[in-house]
Amino acid sequence: MADRPYGLIATFATPGAVLRAAAQVRDAGYKQWDCITPFPVHGLDSAMGVGRSRVPRISLVGGITGFCTGMSMIWFMDRFDYPLTVGGKPFFSPLFAFPVSYELTILFTAFATIGGMFVLNGLPMHHHPVLHYEHIRRGTDDLFFIVIERADPRFNLETTRSLLARAGGTDIAELAP
Amino acid sequence: MSHAAEDTAGAPAILSEIRPAVKPRAVLVGHGRSFSWISNKICGIAEEKTPVWWWWCFIMACIVASFTVAGITYLVATGVGVWGHRSPVNWAWDIVNFVFWIGIGHAGTLISAILCLLRQKWRTSINRSAEAMTIFAVVCAGIFPVFHVGRVWYAWFLFPLPNSNYVWQNYRSPLEWDVFAVSTYGTVSVLFWYVGMIPDLATMRDRFASVGRTMRARIYGLFAMGWRGSSRHWSNYEMAYLILAGISTPLVLSVHTIVSFDFAVSLLPGWHTTIFPPYFVAGAIFSGFGMVLTLILPLRAIYHLEDLITQYHIDCMCKVILATGTMVGYAYAMEFFIAWYGANPYEGFAFINRAFGPYWWAYFIMISCNVVTPQFFWFKAVRENTWLVFILSLFVNVGMWFERFVIIATSLARDFLPSSWGYYSPSIVEIFTFFGTFGVFSVLFLLFVRFLPIMAVAELKAVTPQADPHAGEAHT
Repeated sequence: MADRPYGLIATFATPGAVLRAAAQVRDAGYKQWDCITPFPVHGLDSAMGVGRSRVPRISLVGGITGFCTGMSMIWFMDRFDYPLTVGGKPFFSPLFAFPVSYELTILFTAFATIGGMFVLNGLPMHHHPVLHYEHIRRGTDDLFFIVIERADPRFNLETTRSLLARAGGTDIAELAP
Repeated sequence: MSHAAEDTAGAPAILSEIRPAVKPRAVLVGHGRSFSWISNKICGIAEEKTPVWWWWCFIMACIVASFTVAGITYLVATGVGVWGHRSPVNWAWDIVNFVFWIGIGHAGTLISAILCLLRQKWRTSINRSAEAMTIFAVVCAGIFPVFHVGRVWYAWFLFPLPNSNYVWQNYRSPLEWDVFAVSTYGTVSVLFWYVGMIPDLATMRDRFASVGRTMRARIYGLFAMGWRGSSRHWSNYEMAYLILAGISTPLVLSVHTIVSFDFAVSLLPGWHTTIFPPYFVAGAIFSGFGMVLTLILPLRAIYHLEDLITQYHIDCMCKVILATGTMVGYAYAMEFFIAWYGANPYEGFAFINRAFGPYWWAYFIMISCNVVTPQFFWFKAVRENTWLVFILSLFVNVGMWFERFVIIATSLARDFLPSSWGYYSPSIVEIFTFFGTFGVFSVLFLLFVRFLPIMAVAELKAVTPQADPHAGEAHT
């Protein structure tokens, strides 16, 4: 098994070329594949058939948690655990607790968003097979790639290779696992 | 635009006459530079051998920063009385400097968050360095309140951590709100900056790896989190970035609002005004853009970044300064109007005293720097003269420092009872400490320029014409 490839990688020179090729790979019914681009190419999500990101749901949970944390923390501290008399003001009111809860909403949303993004992306991952491809370094500079994984049920070395070639890919190579 | 003419060909002549003018799209990257040119240009700055000017500047900055270290060491060893604060002026340079630095930071968040939501693509050239400026400005700002507490080793009492007194923080105080606002602001700014930098750190990792500098490649790679430019990752990444921009916008507005609450929630004439939150936010953005120009223009000249920071970018920043400076001028006028219209004798006195009292000179500097200076930016010839823009941006920085001084010192120095009136002047320790923060800021900024990509490489590539996947095709 060790010498079977992780998948096939093809190189494209322009954002337009990778966009058109991605639409062909999508239409051929592949699911386990990816594009490597140095910057987010406009319209590539829909060309790949990638749906809306799920990061906002995690952000929302983070935000609600932050707001509730702020309100309950202030209630617990100034009303429950050690009622503090200051200028005859109420021990707890959502009004004066609001600014701190507001800031904590933002703080927790930020952590949830970034944490969620990392978890959904499976990062950090420093030893992905794609990173071992010899020309991949230009994928963060000026070249574009399409990777089709062997794990995809439709993967077949011959037909997948010819699909990538038909789609305009050059330097089609096997990725070491 | 031939098809536009065809659309209206059959329409009455008047309709074709009132057709809106078609303005050419602004060029954000000059000379049609390629993707790899952008990578080479920006990453090359951090990859090249350390230039001699950098060492000179760094040594100078360290010397200046040592003034802050000396001032603070003396304060901690002696007591907070070494600052010139005495009744009735118990808040002075420390809070002035705090608000000054925090305000400078706000332009960074404005550029990265609000301009992102407004789809202002010109932000891509300046957002990275402006965000760095934000973080370093917050660092400088934090020094002052932390050391003003006196016994700095108890500064952790500001945070809701259990302590041996069993007393919790007083959440009815705007000062406690400030603790949360500023610490959230600092944290979210760092996160936003870092997330924006991940793809560029990956670019640097790959560039170092391809020239065989493995140690550097490993360090940058560690922070790049194994980013490989996957489109599925970009999808989540862009959404996360958009959400961060979305939450940073209310954050930046709330931070300076809460800073202004430190004053507005008190009952002191001259502070107790409802105009403070919007007025402080406008002033913060005004001063921040001044600082962005002060930092960007030398960088542009040293590294020949004219293709990435074009005249269009400078124009945009000058116009933001003009708009916010005029808003600040309106706020100054409105404060006077309300003081008269409100018919409160103490309020009226506070404002007359502000302009004509013992601190008239500070008020005069404030008005001339903040209200008069930006008006020069109405003129295209001024905006196109880089030296003039640089000098005017320095005036903006000076003016905004004086604004905070005027608000804080003049209101306190004339108390309700004439018997308690005083006049505040700073001690040498305060002057040292404040002067040194410019060194602290410069040290951090120079390190940033030396080691990190000073512009958002991936974002810049995305705004070039060739990044459009339909480039060269006819739009239908």
